[in-house]
Amino acid sequence: MQARVFVTLKPSVFDPQGTTVAEALHTLGYATVRDVRQGKYFELDIDAATADEARRLASEAADRLLSNPVIESYRIEVTS
Amino acid sequence: MKFAIVVFPGSNCDHDTYHVAKEVLGQDAELVWHKDRSLGRADVVILPGGFAHGDYLRTGAIARFSPIMQEVSTFAAAGGPVLGICNGFQVLLEAGLLPGAMLRNRSLKFRCEFLHARVEQTDTPFTLACRPGEILRIPIAHGDGNYYAEPDVIARLERNRQVIFRYVSADGEVTDDANPNGSVNNIAGICNEMRNVVGLMPHPERACELAVGSADGLSVFRSILKWGRESFNEDTFTTMTASSTVFNK
Repeated sequence: MQARVFVTLKPSVFDPQGTTVAEALHTLGYATVRDVRQGKYFELDIDAATADEARRLASEAADRLLSNPVIESYRIEVTS
Repeated sequence: MKFAIVVFPGSNCDHDTYHVAKEVLGQDAELVWHKDRSLGRADVVILPGGFAHGDYLRTGAIARFSPIMQEVSTFAAAGGPVLGICNGFQVLLEAGLLPGAMLRNRSLKFRCEFLHARVEQTDTPFTLACRPGEILRIPIAHGDGNYYAEPDVIARLERNRQVIFRYVSADGEVTDDANPNGSVNNIAGICNEMRNVVGLMPHPERACELAVGSADGLSVFRSILKWGRESFNEDTFTTMTASSTVFNK
């Protein structure tokens, strides 16, 4: 099973990197890009029997290590 | 007093801190490897600056799982004084020994310069010898020092007087210009509720001798000695600090 974990800063947390990337895109002429949020992406190759089991493990890993709950939230996608 | 200075792979201010404890203050000091499971008979623990584990994932995120951190937590829970400097502060945040988190500096630049930090509270082991409102001219060197916590956490920190250091102008004013990284309320350092664990982004250990541009950081280290004198048996302590160059001056 493969779990993909997307970690991003919470909406309430200012993202100076994302803002700078957005400004660069505006400089390039992409005026329609309203905002950019930068995050982290993890691919976990998990030895699990079911998608639920893989998701549970990935979620635990995200809670304990991959994200910092003070500033970040995450989303998980599982594929076999 | 005995200082234990934790060394993570990537720590780079460990020897500066050791030098101050051992040579400048004349105290007993020991470097403790992060995989060790004992702090020896340390009276004070310092997590030094640097880039533990290359700052991979997040600053301090991997270091918090080092075996020695279990000992540091136990030591702190028993009331032992723990100081986290720069990366050490980031490790304390990730370990949950202090509240909040660090974001990238708002300028996105790594800032390495002398600035001014004001001592907000003097009832911690690391500010006991400071004057209230004392302004320390000490350096910073970090890319992720933008202190953040939810508004209710910030309110609680302010209410409980847990903000220990704040970035200020040379004349002691809290201004946005004096804020090098975007930290909420110009916060440069905080303590836990028990007030024995302190973290700060500036580097007092890099400013303990005039030869390096400032000796203001000594206020932090002298505080530890004062704390020790007030906490331990006076006679024992006098013997322990007999070789201290600070007291002999």
